[in-house]
Amino acid sequence: MSIVRNIAGIAKGMSITLGEMFKPTTVENYPDGPGPMRGAQIEERFRGRHELQRDENGLEKCVACFLCAAACPSNCIYIEAAENTAEIRISSAERYAKVYNIDYNRCIFCGYCVEACPTDAITHGRNFELASLNATSLVMRKEDMLVQIGGVSAPIPELSGKANSHSTGLPEY
Amino acid sequence: MLTFLLLSLVKVIVVTVVLLLAVAYTVLLERKLVARIQNRWGPSRVGPFGLLQPLVDGAKSFLKEDIIPAGVYKPLYILSPIIALSCALLSIAVVPFGPERQFRGVDLFQITDLNVGLLVILGVTSVGIYGIALSGWSSNDKYSLLGSLRASAQIVSYELALGLSLVGVVLRAGSLSLRDIVNSQSAHGLFSWNVFGGFQFFAFFIYLMAAFAETNRSPFDLPEAESELVGGYHTEYSSMKFAMFFMSEYANMITVSCVATLLFLGGWTSPFGNLLPSLGGSILASFVPFCWFVLKVLFFLCLYVWVRGTLPRFRYDQLMAFGWKFLVPLAIANIIGTSLWLALRTS
Repeated sequence: MSIVRNIAGIAKGMSITLGEMFKPTTVENYPDGPGPMRGAQIEERFRGRHELQRDENGLEKCVACFLCAAACPSNCIYIEAAENTAEIRISSAERYAKVYNIDYNRCIFCGYCVEACPTDAITHGRNFELASLNATSLVMRKEDMLVQIGGVSAPIPELSGKANSHSTGLPEY
Repeated sequence: MLTFLLLSLVKVIVVTVVLLLAVAYTVLLERKLVARIQNRWGPSRVGPFGLLQPLVDGAKSFLKEDIIPAGVYKPLYILSPIIALSCALLSIAVVPFGPERQFRGVDLFQITDLNVGLLVILGVTSVGIYGIALSGWSSNDKYSLLGSLRASAQIVSYELALGLSLVGVVLRAGSLSLRDIVNSQSAHGLFSWNVFGGFQFFAFFIYLMAAFAETNRSPFDLPEAESELVGGYHTEYSSMKFAMFFMSEYANMITVSCVATLLFLGGWTSPFGNLLPSLGGSILASFVPFCWFVLKVLFFLCLYVWVRGTLPRFRYDQLMAFGWKFLVPLAIANIIGTSLWLALRTS
């Protein structure tokens, strides 16, 4: 009887694959798709290239506390702090980041910097098209990562429109 | 005489080119179908629906660097892919693609009609094992050697079941010529095919199993089990030499499908017998049987891919036990049954 059972098992498997052959594919039409994302579908908590956020007054949220640089396991964040003065006010606190570089040659997209940030200044964006033939272009400066006033980030628009959508689940400060 | 030679030459060139193109597009068919089974798209970047992918792949393997490792035994190392590919391409020479149709003394649908065509195919595919065995030996590499040992043992064991499964068909037709075997199945369409009307269902089953093992295809693809043997017997090959092994595998698939079509599915005969109205134009009408033949071969190729997308690989002892303890006895029982039936019917 084992032969009959084996044949039945094989027939069942073959029928499953035959059925799958006629089902629609689940592949994203990534580089050829419509819209600004070109067909890529990105999940809510996707960790893409970082974005430096601004507060409701348009000031930078980053206060140059160095917690992200300390949390970074691959040491890819470089910050130079400076004092805010009455004339030049960049952030709402005492200090601001004069230089804020992330070396994407080394970044492993672990998200520890985002978790460490007390002011929710650094977040993960949606941009994943980071490939480059030139390693020096992968060191991004603050100007490259800072969102523009009004909350619109430069290269790829947000899917949900909400810049900070993945901060749900992170501890409140 | 000169026109005969010239026409034969043209025929050979056309068949070779078509076969090589068919090999290339069988690869595409496999990639597309397996992708569909896994809900993917498969190749889609080169040309519409990825239709130019095989040509680009061919160009790529020509342009790749040809690495010959330092420790190999060079003469055999270079010779073995040539043996594998030429044996795979050679057996198509005796396969008839349609009914006999003469044009200035040249048979249009077959390169050469041998009266022992079936034996020639079996013999040539057996010689093809030398390509695999020698490639593993000359590579001077343990993975290649293990792969080629497995391939040789597997092919020799399944050759037996394959040959025995064909005896029933040969007994029924009373001939080893492939044309005669097809003509013996052409009376009533579907019902006179050897699978159904000829009661050769078990032979067909054995032939299918053995053919899968002969061509080293899944679920019998132990010689190139990449999880344990890297690449099997072609681990040390690169560039066009690797491509030749690759092509020989797919050419063997096509040959085996052709033989299955001819022996069990009535070759170029229509499944509806004489029920379909025959087309009036003589040139068009002569190509209808050819289309049936291609359709049936395509069915077998799709079956190959379908099985590959479904079944996991056998363990080696299971493979040997299945071949020797199940297929060979079943094939012998089929021969005895068929010959008894034929003897009782005639007496």
